[in-house]
Amino acid sequence: MDNALLTVLIAMIGGAIRVSTPFVFVALGECLTEKSGRINLGLEGTLVLGAMIGYAACYETGSPWLGVLAAGCAGTLLGAMHGYLCKLPKVNDIAIGIAMMSFGTGLAFFFGKAYIQPQAPHLPSIPLGGWSSNPQLAVALDVNPLFFVGLAVAVTLWWALRNTRWGLILRMTGDSAPAALAMGVNVNWVRFLATAAGGFLAGVGGSFLSLYYPGSWNEGLSSGQGLMAVALVIFARWDPIRCFLAALLFGAAGALGPALQSVGITQGYYFFNAAPYILTLLIMIGSSGSKQAAMAVPGELSITK
Amino acid sequence: MTDIAGKPASLPALRGDILPRLLGKAEYVVIPVLAVLAALLFFSVFLLAIGKSPLTFIELIWTGAFGSGFSWRNTLQRASPLVLTALAVAVPARLGLTMIGGEGALVLSGFMAALVALPFIGTGTSAILVMPLMALTAMATGAVWVALAGWLRHARGVNETISSLLLSYIAIAIMNFFVEGALRDPGSPNKASTKPIGAEYMVGTIPGLDVHWGILIGVVIAIALYFLMARTTFGFAARVTGGNVRAALAQGLPVGRLILTCALIAGACAGLAGYFEVGAIQGRANASLAAGYGFTGILVAFLARHNPIAVVPVAILFGGLAAAGGLIQRRMGVPDATVLVLQGFIFVVLLASETLYGRFAIFRQR
Repeated sequence: MDNALLTVLIAMIGGAIRVSTPFVFVALGECLTEKSGRINLGLEGTLVLGAMIGYAACYETGSPWLGVLAAGCAGTLLGAMHGYLCKLPKVNDIAIGIAMMSFGTGLAFFFGKAYIQPQAPHLPSIPLGGWSSNPQLAVALDVNPLFFVGLAVAVTLWWALRNTRWGLILRMTGDSAPAALAMGVNVNWVRFLATAAGGFLAGVGGSFLSLYYPGSWNEGLSSGQGLMAVALVIFARWDPIRCFLAALLFGAAGALGPALQSVGITQGYYFFNAAPYILTLLIMIGSSGSKQAAMAVPGELSITK
Repeated sequence: MTDIAGKPASLPALRGDILPRLLGKAEYVVIPVLAVLAALLFFSVFLLAIGKSPLTFIELIWTGAFGSGFSWRNTLQRASPLVLTALAVAVPARLGLTMIGGEGALVLSGFMAALVALPFIGTGTSAILVMPLMALTAMATGAVWVALAGWLRHARGVNETISSLLLSYIAIAIMNFFVEGALRDPGSPNKASTKPIGAEYMVGTIPGLDVHWGILIGVVIAIALYFLMARTTFGFAARVTGGNVRAALAQGLPVGRLILTCALIAGACAGLAGYFEVGAIQGRANASLAAGYGFTGILVAFLARHNPIAVVPVAILFGGLAAAGGLIQRRMGVPDATVLVLQGFIFVVLLASETLYGRFAIFRQR
């Protein structure tokens, strides 16, 4: 029994690292976008399209890293589209986000039909668990380089938001558009760039889904990760480092079902699949009323009004 | 283009005002229609780019959706849940709430409807008893599910768009949990389903039309909700709240109760859609319930500008699009997701067209 518990724990750690990586990228993308005072609910669509484009590009070129890049570019395009449309007067960014979600998903399903069967090469992983004699631990510590890229992006973003001129401009745009305007900042341009860059990150997150874990393209690949990331950012109070940690937590919740399955507990597999959604909902309930969240929220954000 | 307002001025002296009023209303028809046409144009370019003919596409939609009695029945059958799920978006939208959890409410309600019918299978209990029980259970389930998002919004300030969509995923997981587990019918090995509810508890068809009653009931509910929102104190209070929450609070309007009531109505509509999907189409609860009606309903509601009556023709249009999907897939050799792409184009262009309101001088002649 003790052994089983250990297996579950190890599987959860490994799962948390694997499952959390797309969360890390989408959450950082969303965090960047929201810091500029705009919300992009369409990242769910970006994630799906990124997964599909990444897989297709990898299959056609044979290089997984080109796939990641292609996914990022597709995400940038969707983000730029969202950024441009929201700039138009009277256009609601939440509603456009819902539309972009169905637009991205539709495109992905359309072009992705041809790629459901073929096998594309996977992203390589770094075997960090080589020292361990426990094979389960070794598998759990087979970490994908994108996880560390995500960590690096989180730290860079955290540092840049505090210490650079661009970070200041981004925060100012998000907190008070009139102040930014008075300082001579082109608010729409900053938001456009932030949304496009956020789209890039979300696209990369999507490519992880199809190129590493679960590691193939199908239409049920993403089920709300892009959306959960929005809630995750609120929970992380718009702090990139906390976004990273929160993504790990979500990853662990998502790994619960498969981890239990690995020791033969299949009862309630579908129920444990719902764990991340329930966790997200609880977190939203908890963080919505909190004073600290109210302090940290970018002032221009429409979602908390 | 000019007959949409359709309301004669009550006094002859006001005659002079009719034209500007009609023009003012025409804006709300002309701009969405232009948006759909523009989306079709973009979509045609898309089709040309992948080497398919847009003309064939439109012709096939016509044939597949409205070309024959059979295709009309198919269209109306698919429009029926769309009317109800679109109403589930349109009613809270009047309060300024963007609730998009119709899919989950439909799935869970359909499942609950099948669940309450299970004990009666083979007992010979009268359908007059069981069918209303199923419908009411479904409506109550949907109402509670959507109202949960409404309540969270009011009590805790949780964003209703995200919470409703999350609840949607949870609802689908709950259904899968039971359908794949405890309630799985051993008699259906290929696809996890509950036991069939049996022919005696299925909803019949409208005589002479061969389409189940859901579409007619949807139309009646749409008309009723139109009057509720446009002609009653409740509707007025809801619209005031949607326009300006602070003003509504200052007026002493019961904002919380309004939010809850609208969410309950919305959920009951989505629940009814779930009931008809189980009770008239599937005959059992399974993953086929999550066919995307809830998501298409969002687009229908936005295109109808959240007007309950306008929801009906728009739903029939999109029902037709869905009905023609199979034909398009077979004849043109394109994936079934083509319809999703077209919907995505329409959705994006439509919302971007919001920026055009008030830009055209022709609608503002005084």
